Parts: sequence; structure tokens; C-alpha cells
Amino acid sequence: MLEATKDSFRKLNPVSLMKNPVIFIVGIGAVLTTVVVFTNIFQGSFSGFNFQIAIWLWFTVLFANFSEAIAEGRGKAQADSLRKNRTETLARKMNGTKEEAVPAPQLKKGDVVVCETGDVIPSDGEVIEGIASVDESAITGESAPVIRESGGDRSAVTGGTKVISDRILIRITCEPGDTFIDRMISLVEGAQRKKTPNEIALSILLSGLSIIFLLAVVTLPAFFAYSLKASGLPMTQNLTIPVLIALLVCLIPTTIGGLLSAIGISGMDRLLQRNVIATSGRAIEAAGDVDVLLLDKTGTITLGNRMATNFVPAEGVSPEELADAAQLSSLSDETPEGRSIVVLAKEKFGLRARDVQQHNAVFIPFTAQSRMSGVDLTGDDGKIRHIRKGSSEAIRNFILNQDGFFPKNVEDTVTELAQMGATPLVVAEDDKVLGVIHLKDIVKGGIKQRFEQLRSMGIKTVMITGDNALTAAAIAAEAGVDDFMAEAKPEDKLQRIRDEQASGRLVGMIGDGTNDAPALAQADVGIAMNSGTQAAREAGNMIDLDSNPTKLIEVVEVGKQLLMTRGALTTFSIANDVAKYFAIIPAIAIALYSGKSGVGPLSALNIMHLGSPESAILSAIIFNALIIVLLVPLALKGVKYKPISASKALSQNLIIYGLGGLVAPFIGIKIIDMLINLF
Amino acid sequence: MTTNDWMQILLFLVLLIGLTPILGTYMYKVFSGKKHFMLPVLGWLERFTYKFSGVKADEETNWKGYAFGLLVFNLLGFIVVFLLQLFQAQLPFNPAHLPAVSWHSAFNTAVSFMTNTNWQGYAGETTLSYTVQLLGLTVQNFVSAATGIAVILAVIKGLSRKTTDLIGNFWVDITRATVYILLPLSILFAIFLVGQGVVQNFSPYETAHTLQGQTQVIPMGPAASQIAIKQLGTNGGGFFNTNSAHPFENPTPLSNFLEMLCILLIPAAMTYMYGKMVGSVRHGWIIFSAMFLLMIAGLGISLYGEFSSNPFFAHLPLMEGKETRFGITNSVMWSTFTTDASNGSVNCMHDSLSPLSGMVAMINLMLGEVIFGGVGSGLYGMVVFIILTVFIAGLMVGRTPEYLGKKIEAFEMKMAMIAVLAPNVAILIPTAWAAVSQMGLSSLNNAGPHGFSEILYAFSSAAGNNGSAFAGLNANTPFWNVMLGIVMLIGRFGVIFPVLAIAGSLAKKKIAPPSEGTFRTDNWLFVGLLIGVILIVGGLTHFPGLALGPIVEHLLMNSGVAF
Repeated sequence: MLEATKDSFRKLNPVSLMKNPVIFIVGIGAVLTTVVVFTNIFQGSFSGFNFQIAIWLWFTVLFANFSEAIAEGRGKAQADSLRKNRTETLARKMNGTKEEAVPAPQLKKGDVVVCETGDVIPSDGEVIEGIASVDESAITGESAPVIRESGGDRSAVTGGTKVISDRILIRITCEPGDTFIDRMISLVEGAQRKKTPNEIALSILLSGLSIIFLLAVVTLPAFFAYSLKASGLPMTQNLTIPVLIALLVCLIPTTIGGLLSAIGISGMDRLLQRNVIATSGRAIEAAGDVDVLLLDKTGTITLGNRMATNFVPAEGVSPEELADAAQLSSLSDETPEGRSIVVLAKEKFGLRARDVQQHNAVFIPFTAQSRMSGVDLTGDDGKIRHIRKGSSEAIRNFILNQDGFFPKNVEDTVTELAQMGATPLVVAEDDKVLGVIHLKDIVKGGIKQRFEQLRSMGIKTVMITGDNALTAAAIAAEAGVDDFMAEAKPEDKLQRIRDEQASGRLVGMIGDGTNDAPALAQADVGIAMNSGTQAAREAGNMIDLDSNPTKLIEVVEVGKQLLMTRGALTTFSIANDVAKYFAIIPAIAIALYSGKSGVGPLSALNIMHLGSPESAILSAIIFNALIIVLLVPLALKGVKYKPISASKALSQNLIIYGLGGLVAPFIGIKIIDMLINLF
Repeated sequence: MTTNDWMQILLFLVLLIGLTPILGTYMYKVFSGKKHFMLPVLGWLERFTYKFSGVKADEETNWKGYAFGLLVFNLLGFIVVFLLQLFQAQLPFNPAHLPAVSWHSAFNTAVSFMTNTNWQGYAGETTLSYTVQLLGLTVQNFVSAATGIAVILAVIKGLSRKTTDLIGNFWVDITRATVYILLPLSILFAIFLVGQGVVQNFSPYETAHTLQGQTQVIPMGPAASQIAIKQLGTNGGGFFNTNSAHPFENPTPLSNFLEMLCILLIPAAMTYMYGKMVGSVRHGWIIFSAMFLLMIAGLGISLYGEFSSNPFFAHLPLMEGKETRFGITNSVMWSTFTTDASNGSVNCMHDSLSPLSGMVAMINLMLGEVIFGGVGSGLYGMVVFIILTVFIAGLMVGRTPEYLGKKIEAFEMKMAMIAVLAPNVAILIPTAWAAVSQMGLSSLNNAGPHGFSEILYAFSSAAGNNGSAFAGLNANTPFWNVMLGIVMLIGRFGVIFPVLAIAGSLAKKKIAPPSEGTFRTDNWLFVGLLIGVILIVGGLTHFPGLALGPIVEHLLMNSGVAF
């Protein structure tokens, strides 16, 4: 807070003020008024009224600066903590096969370094050999270590993170000073902050309005000169510079002008709080505009793994019997599916893992050729039980080879389950089919409601999966997505994005792998998961440090909230003008056509019954300054956001900020006027 | 007000609403190249025009080409009208032997008729010969209206096309507008007017001997043909000085009623055509509604101003400056409609309206002539306000603003602001100058706030390309003629060029299909928003001026002070 206050004075520098045309005008007005006050003092007269106008004009500028400083302050704190993590350590650079100690900042793109347990990774790079667990809490704040390995989608490592176990070779992928942490620091500090396209357009609107009102104010002395003459009053009663400036400052949209950059910075900040880093403000705006979201099924819509949810026995087989065989066949199966079968059998029938050694169990692992796994148990009588589980085709072959038969009801169950989007696993013992395990993709809790909200906001969701169309359709229906792409290849994704864009829609997606990179680059909002490859991180315009695919939805919400805040405060600011006119015009025109009474007919416009012309003008300008400070929390937090349709959002915001903007200044100015006249 | 007054207002409004879709559908067919019933009748004229002028009808241009064509065409029009006036003494059909017009008046009139303003700094019957009236003014009445239509057609193409540079062919657009819309309607209406008693001849002025034994010169001329287009093309430049208060321009109650209807007919129908062409008839009606409501509000205040008690006339309505044949209601209706649409023809003297009614007329001008407005120009002016509304309020739905699927970005904003700024600059700065300079003040007939209103009204009328005068101001001086001419130019082209630039920029963009998340421009909420933005952005700038003019005059009048 103290820092922000200091900063608001530092920002009085004309060069930095110039970036904000509306506040710059207020600044010029403040200087002019101050000059008038001092000139008067030198001429031996002091106008307390002018002095107060000058003071409040300076406050208006300072309050605007303050709002920006406070928004930046939050980013700075974050940057400071990041800076602590920047490594100044010695890197172990590989020179052929020899190791060589080099200061981290001297590493160039293409260098290869080695990191072992306890080493801090010196710069951003890609693992080219080995596998290690890495503590990335420095950038993600998440303390659980993550696995980084060569090849595949988890090969990127970030400078400043720490290897906890094992040894990896890393190829450095960035030049010094341009590491991920460096960029993060500059982003959160706002050093590279450029105005976003919508901010530019809005600035043009605000500047245009300021020019219009400047014209209205500049021409007013001439209008007054005519009216004074017509009322038989001396020209010395014409409007003074401080009064004109007060009127101008009240009319130009200072509220939104003062808060505009704070709104933008705090939008970035809100993303950061959700552990998402946007590489540009433009990306956040685009997020608000997204029409279509491409979502990977696995991890976003469904929990990562399929789970056994039911046992469907064949005719003449009891469920326990099936569960028992299924559990036995899965005891050594370390896949999540296998484990879920063991757990389900335990939960449903109280079957516990038995000591398999005593049965002389021989486990048959899953192979791509056999497409089944299982166990061979040698009983006490020396008879061998062959228990197998696998896809229906694999088991059918297994059974037929032993002259068994594949029961009709099992076949029906298999088809039925497949149609439901589940994966049926058939269990057999020797030549007898025991039944089917129902393996199901578990759709994440609450995701359906989430998609409904998105739909009401006009956003279409498309599920992307490698599953076949039948399975995909079933899951899509269960999750409530609008559309799905089955058996999707990376090219299909890219094509889909292009098609949607060609029809005028904006597309958002989240991805991690190298094969996602083209699609991430093509998408209007491409969020790369931090756990992903370097290629993906480069291609996206946002990075999700938590690597949580559902983030995409939150990012959209942040984008929408940012735009809404901007619109709400613009509307509020413009609507304010009505009341200010009613405060100032009767005040400055009170003497016109007044005859002897001194109170002219235009005082009829003083509908607020403000105490005196001076107090009216002061109240307006004080209200104008204070409202900026009062709205700082709103600018930082953003307007209340609910996932509702555009029409509903509009009517709600319009009642609060449009109607509020009309009414609030009438009340505010009246109260301030009463306070002024009290003293 | 009598029941008769109410009935007449109601009938007028019902007819206006009823005719909008009918004419709108016809114009939609004409401009989207569909088959329509006038094609067999007048198709030859369109084809002949292209052949004669060497226009390649199927070649389209980008916005700069379009703007260039428009500029060249208007410049030619200006030169012709300017020269015709300077040399009218040497030209035929000048039975009154009128001398050459002064350079500044000729400049003013040429600009005025080129820009569809039709401000008249002169008295028609004592200044201009039949040749100038016919070849100069009547021709400009048609083509200046057609120019306005061409601009809105370019905007429509910008909105309905995607990823292209091309926004149409200016020459085709003005030809079609003239041949299929303005010409047939004018001929029809001119014939009707002749039937009502409007003169249409080339005879010299008649001299009559009155009962008092004095002589009176009665002006003649080809009036009906010019009056028809003056009403339909929102031109408003009268054949005679007293405009539609003159019995030869507006002889009967029926002619008065239909002349009023013709003021608003095409601008109103444009909204329907617009909606149909941009793919949302509903949106067209929504624009119509916003205009309609603003018009009704103005009419209401104006009627109140005239009928409410007035301490000077024993609380009787004011008849000064009104034609007794038409009475108060018809005068107020006309004054409201003629300033809503940038027509500017009058059937009563606006100078003599009550302060409130005068203020309504002035506000109508100041809002940029978007309450139906000029033929074409009212709607493209409205599009500028729509873009502002969409931008300001559109953000509140949490998307960057879009209008009919087109993103509104920095360039559109810049151009829209120029289009809003231009008329405001043209009103405020010259008014300020005239209010403090001898050149400006010496032309005033009235003192006090009323004199100020006269100045403010004149520049507002010129900037809005309306052309009606508050009168009471002798504007036929070099200062006023030149200043008003410049203001008309800024008010016309300061809006047309940015609007064409917007059209060009929009044409290049994609069209985002609407969804639940889209800002709707086809519901009543939007009507409210649009009206709010028009009043606040377009009107608030003029609050100080209005306060020092009509508002203070009204307040003074109620306390018994007049000027």
C-alpha cells in the first residue's frame, strides 16, 4: 500500500502519464489550475475555491496512478518471489564426454548439461537421456515431485527446478536471459505490458469522448460572452479557467480512464492466481471471446483411467465366481484398470487378495499379440486352472481353441456395454466363459453442469478422443458435450480448428504433447500444460502451471470477467455525466438573465438543490476524484461473474452499472455538497 | 388539442409503420438485384445509363474506390450548380430576368444542394431562374439523395460480406437508387401534387390586381416536380421562399399530410430494407423502433410546448409564424418530422415556435440527424451510433464487441469517433465564433437567448445537412454563406468517409455466427441502450448550448420575459 502510494507520485512523470490520454488531460488541467492559483497569490489575491479545485484535480490524477500502482504491486510481489528462484549456480556442462563447470547464465541454446540428485536445473531444456523426479514447486507451488523423462510428452524441464532423484542429460533450449522464469518475471511485472487490441479501441473511444467534451468546454466562454452581454452583465463575470477545467474533468470519462490499466493488469493477475500464465493480454481477451472449446476426453472430461464398475456373469455362473476369477487374473496386473478390478471384487464380495504363491501361480502378462492377461494356478490336485481376461475377440479365440463355446448372453452383454461407451473385458476359465467385467470411463463429477453453464454462455464444447465412434458417442452423451471427434489424429484436430475459425468462431484448446503443438499454435487460445513438451509450451499463448486440463474453462471465465469489468466501468463513467451537468451548469449560469435578484432562471436546473455555486462545482469534482478510489477494489476483483447467457448478463450489469451510473452521482454529489456546506 | 388532431397523428403513424415494410421490401429487391415489377418498365433506363456513361456494372471497388467515385461525382455536381448560378442571366428560362447570383451565395447553395442539406440563404422566386432550379437544384435533389443511399448500401455490403475488399459499385448504386426508387416515386407524387393545385409551368410571373387596387406579382414555375423530390429525398429546399407554407407548394390539407408522410417514407423504409439485407428483419425493426420512439418523444414535447399555457397570449396557443390553413398540430408535426429526417422543408416558421418546440427541433438536428434522418444518411449515421452502443455495452456480456458477427476493433472505433466528432466540431466552433463576432451577430433579428438559438440552430441545421432555418437570421452574407457552406461539407463528408472506411474494414472481416453468448441487437433492451447512447454521447455535448438558448428562454418566458 505504501509502495503503491509512492508509485502514484512517481507516475506523475509526464512521459508515463501520456500513455493515458484521459488522465493526461486531467494532469494538464491540474497544472494550469495550480499556475492560476500561484499567479493570483503573486498578484496579492488568494482564491480558496481555485485552490481546492487544484487540490482535487491533483488527487484525481494521483488516484488514477494509485489504482495502477496497486494492481502492479500484486504482480511485483509475485515477481520478487520468482526472482529468488533464478539460478546463479554452476552448471555441469558436457563437453563431449567430459564435464565442465560453467555459470548458469552463460549457457547457450544447444548446450548439454547433466543433472543429478540434488542439482538445480540451470536453465530451460529438454531431457535427452534418462528419467528423473523433479521438484517444480519453485514455479508451480506444488510440492509433489513430477517425473521428467527423455522422449514423449514429459521431456521439458524448467530452469530453477530441482532434481530429486536419478540423473538426466538436458539439452538447453533457450538463450540466456530468456528463460521461462525470466519471461514470467517480466510478464507479472508488466514490463512488457502492451495495450491489448480491445484496450486500444476503448482508449480511442475515451479519447474521442474527451475531445468532444473538450470542444464543448472550450466553446462555452464564447456562448457565455453572448449570454452575459444579453443579460447586461460585465465580461469579467465570464467563466474562469479553473471552473472550465473543473467542468471538463467532470465530463471526460476519468473513472474508466483512471482504472483501465488496473483492470487489465488485474486480469493477468487473476489468471496467475489460478496458476496460469498468459504470454499476452491479448490472449486473455481472446479467452473471453472463445466460441468453441476442444477438450481432450482423458483427464478433462473423464478421470484419467477406466475403472471396473460391475461384474456381469454368464448364464449359470454366480457373480462371486466371476469376481473371484477376475480378481485372481488381475492380482499381478499393475495397470489402474487391473487394480480397480481387484478393489471392486473386494468391495462387492469381500474377496481379499490371497496368497497366490501357495497356488503356484504363474502370471500371464498382457501382450499385444495375445491381447489378454491372466494367471495359471496349479491346484493341490495338480490340475491347472487357466484364467484369462481380455477383449471379447481374444477370449473367443482362446475358448474356441479349446473347443469351448462363447455364450449368446455374454456376446449380448459385450455389445450392450460397448454401446454404452464402456469397455467390456471377458473373463474365462479354461474352456468356459465366466462373464464380463464392466470397465467404465468415469466422467468427472460436476463436469456436466460445467458444460451446461458453458452452453448457456454460448460456448460449444467438443470432446476429442482416440476411442471409436460408438464409445465416444456414449461418453459424449454422458458428459453432455455438444460434439465429439472420435479416433482423432493430431491432423484432425488442426483441421477442426481451421474449419471452426473459417466459419468465424474462436477456438480454445489445451494440450501437452509435441503433436499438439500445431493445434495449440493455430487455436486462438492455446493453453500448454506445464508438464508438456517444450514445443507445446512454445506454441501456446498460455501456460497452465498445474497441468490441469479443466483450467481452460476457468481461463474463459477470467477473460469474460475482464471484458465485463471494462464495459461496466465504461458505462458507469459515461452515465455519470448526466448528474455532473446538472450540478455544474446551473452553478456557472446562475447570474445569467438574473436581473436584480442575482439568481437567474437556469437555477431551476439545480434539481439537487446544491448549497452554492462553488460548493456545487467542488462537490462534482470531489465526487469525480473519490469515485476512482472507491472503484479500485472493483477494478481489481472484477465485476461479479456468473455463467449466464449474454442477454441476462447484460441486463444485470446494465441495472447495476448503467442505472447505478446515472443515479449514484446525484446522491454522491448531494452528500458531498451537504458536508461542504456544513463546514 | 381536438380529437381530430389526435386522429390525424394516429393515422400518420399507422401509415408510416404500414408503408415501411412495403417500400422496404421493394427497395430490398431493387438493391439485391432481385426481380421486381419496375424492372420491365425502367430496366432500359438503367442499362442505357451504364452504356451512355461507360460504367461497367459488374465491376466492384474497395472502399477507397467507392469513396473516390462519390467524391468525383459530388464535385462535378457542385461545379455545375455553382456555374449555373453565376451564369443564369445568360441562360434560357429566366422570365423574371434574374441576375447572376453572388459568389458566396452560389457557393453556399451549390454546397447545400450537393450535400442534401438544401439550406437556402436566398429566396427562390427572386434569386434563381427556372434553368437553375431544374438543371441545378432538382437534379441535385435526386443525386444527393441517391448518394446517401449509395453509402448505406456500401455499409450493408460491408456487414453482409466476409473476407473481401469489395463493397460494391458506386455508379450502379446511385443509378439504381435514382431510376427505381426516387424517380418513380417522385413522378407519382408530382402528378398527385399537380392534381392538388401545385404549379408546374414555365410561364412568366403573373401580375394580379388586388381588390385594394394594388398589384401583386405571383411567381410561377416548374414547382411540382421539384417539390415531390424535395420531400421524398429529404432535401427540403423549397421552390418558393416560404417553402411548404406557400399555397403553390402545399395547397391543401391532403397535400400537407402526404408531403409530411413523404419526408419520412424512404428513411423509414430503409430500416426494413437494411434489416432484410443484413439478414435480420428483426434488427431492422429494432432500429425503426429506436427512431420511432425518439420521434414520438420529440413530437410529444413539441406539442406540449405549443399547447401549454403561455403568459403572453392569455394562455392561448401561439399562432405567430404558423400558416392558419394548417393550424398548430400540423405545424408542430411538420417541424418535428422535418428535423427528424434531415429534410428541412418547413410549413411554419421555426423561429416562432415556442422555446420547447424549437429546442426539440434543435436537438433533432444536433443528434446527428439519425431519427430516421436523411435518405440513406440517417441510417448510416445510426450505424455509427449502433457501433458505439455495441462497443460500450457489448463489453458487458464478456466478449469483445461485435455487430452482426463483425468484430468492432480499433479502426472501426477511430472512424466512428471521427464521424461523431465531425458534426460536433462543425456546430460548436462556428457557433462560438458567430456568437462573439460582429460578422455573426449583425445578422441577428432577435436579442437574448432567442438570438443565440438562431445561431446555434443555423449551424446545427447545416452540420446535420438538414437545411431548415430558424429564420430570423439574415444568412445571405459572405460570413454566413461561407461558414455554413464549410459546416455543411464537414457535416456531410466528415461522416460519409469514415462510414465508408468502416464498411471497407468490416467487409474484410469474418462473420462470427451468433450464439447464446452474443450481444443481441434485436431486442428491446438494445432499443433502450441505443437511445441512451444517442442521447448521452450525441446529445450531452450540446446541453450547455441548449441551456443558454431555448431552455433559459423557456424559463424566462414562464416568468414573463420575452425577446
